[in-house]
Amino acid sequence: MRIPLIYSIRNLLTRKLTAFLTILGIALVVFVFSAVLMLAYGVKRTLVATGYEENVIMLRKGSDNELPSNFPRDIANLVRTLPQIATGQNGKPIASNEVVTIINLLKIGTNDMGNVTVRGVSPEAMELRPAVQLTEGRMFAFGSREVIVGSSINSRFRGAKLGQTLKIGGDEWRIAGIFEADGSGFESEVWGDAEQVMQTLNRLSTFSSMTVRLNHKGDFDALQDAMDRDRRFQQIRIEREKEYYERQSQLMATFIRILGLVVTIIFSAGAMIGAMITMYASVANRTVEIGTLRALGFKRRSVLATFLLESIFLSLVGGLVGLLIASGLQFFTISTINFGTVAELAFSFSLSLDIALWALAFSVIMGVIGGFLPAARAARLDIVTALRAS
Amino acid sequence: MSHQTIELKNVSKTYMRDSLEIPVLSNISLTVPEGEFLALMGPSGSGKTTLLNLIAGIDRPDKKGSNRNPYVNQIIVHGTDLGTLGESALAAWRSRHMGFIFQFYNLLPVLTAYENVELPLLLTKLSRKEKREHVEAALNLVGLADRMQHYPKQLSGGQEQRVAIARAVVSDPTIIVADEPTGDLDKVSAAEIMTLLERLKSEYKKTIVMVTHDPRAAEKAHKVMHLEKGELSS
Repeated sequence: MRIPLIYSIRNLLTRKLTAFLTILGIALVVFVFSAVLMLAYGVKRTLVATGYEENVIMLRKGSDNELPSNFPRDIANLVRTLPQIATGQNGKPIASNEVVTIINLLKIGTNDMGNVTVRGVSPEAMELRPAVQLTEGRMFAFGSREVIVGSSINSRFRGAKLGQTLKIGGDEWRIAGIFEADGSGFESEVWGDAEQVMQTLNRLSTFSSMTVRLNHKGDFDALQDAMDRDRRFQQIRIEREKEYYERQSQLMATFIRILGLVVTIIFSAGAMIGAMITMYASVANRTVEIGTLRALGFKRRSVLATFLLESIFLSLVGGLVGLLIASGLQFFTISTINFGTVAELAFSFSLSLDIALWALAFSVIMGVIGGFLPAARAARLDIVTALRAS
Repeated sequence: MSHQTIELKNVSKTYMRDSLEIPVLSNISLTVPEGEFLALMGPSGSGKTTLLNLIAGIDRPDKKGSNRNPYVNQIIVHGTDLGTLGESALAAWRSRHMGFIFQFYNLLPVLTAYENVELPLLLTKLSRKEKREHVEAALNLVGLADRMQHYPKQLSGGQEQRVAIARAVVSDPTIIVADEPTGDLDKVSAAEIMTLLERLKSEYKKTIVMVTHDPRAAEKAHKVMHLEKGELSS
């Protein structure tokens, strides 16, 4: 019963310029839409990748992140005795007492200062986070004023090259090595010896947090139970490292998503009006054809479907083009302040199947909304009047 | 069922233009027997096309008369009272029983000759193979089997009208309505078209109702009726 799709497609091809402009409008909107979602997803992925399933981060209760948290040394020693914590090759528990602070560095190519996270770690930190791999130089020496620098910091900030020195807490720290960490948030950090960092910050008794490796990732509840039973741990809150970082991404990702979606919706109104004008013109140009089809016995709903499909086809092509351009953004890395930690975080636009499907669904919705009124007009045409138009 | 393929009983048609009533047809009664080739003639604005549209089921007469005379404004075509059909049913009815030929051919410009002729068959349940056979037979009939893949703009006016005739007959309708089929054609093409219509009547026993200005075209018909100021005369 349906008017062949080829009829719609060939009609679009006869109006190449208007079809092209309409597709372009929709492609732009879908591009922005996808880019925003890809950005939000990129933030989330970077931070989620930062955490490990088997790792547990411990903070002082009431602290949302490591920066304001205080973690007493005696509690840290006590945690190391818990049986749920994995033992490393050297026979010691895999646990890192960490102290986190922020320093300011100048960004390359600008006069802007950026906040950079400095993380003081214990010797077990490398075993705790196997993704952290040195690409240049060597590991810093514990007990010395040396650091290793994440690759994002290395490439974005002045004075963060191998052999240069950074100023932390008034002291000069030599850069002994550069590391990568599978694109995770650690690449936006500077690591040094926790004890040395504490000294330079005059922060002798408390770390910021502690991260431990579980024997098995299912041991989380057992660890929670053990710590709940012991009054000495009552000021401590534990969380899976992955969930912790995911939470850190939420504020930022949600902000990007909402801001982006508001912008996109405003844009999309423009694109839909564009599609509508194109389709109204198309209906007006083909009034006699519509009358003829109806006379031959095609029903109103076939005419409606034909014009609606034409509009959907237009916007779907636009959607695919927009998505294709947006997928190119994956090669770009951008850096901004993460609201959760107020430190600079480098991340990439990241495309997922979900985002692609949402983008295409969004383009189809634009096609349906933009095409409906013109299609309804076409379907409502009176046969005799339509045949008489020429 | 009577052998009268088309029966109009006291049919009137009034158009409303703004609040103005414009009577186009008044109290027309007409019967066309099966297999007849009828030409309707008359000056512009006499209501020829309106009458044709009513017969073809693409327009409706005025509302039925009073109870006293239920036969007012009744149109029976091939045994069906068109007034009883809803819009969808009427569309389905047209696709089964009516073949249309228009003055300006009304081919869809983006479809090839073959695809244009195939259009009415999309409304049938024929298989792809059967459709192909029908389309090829129809195009053979009009002598354009070698132009199947041509688009309308690659054809002459006469050829376009022949494609339109193939489209009108491809689904083997009972009745063919033609509105000024030669109105846009030169003499030679017009003669070809009229010869074709005559063949449809004589060889394929189609009932044909044709509106025309052209006395030469009307000559080919077996019966000519004149419409003037909304009234019909032989």
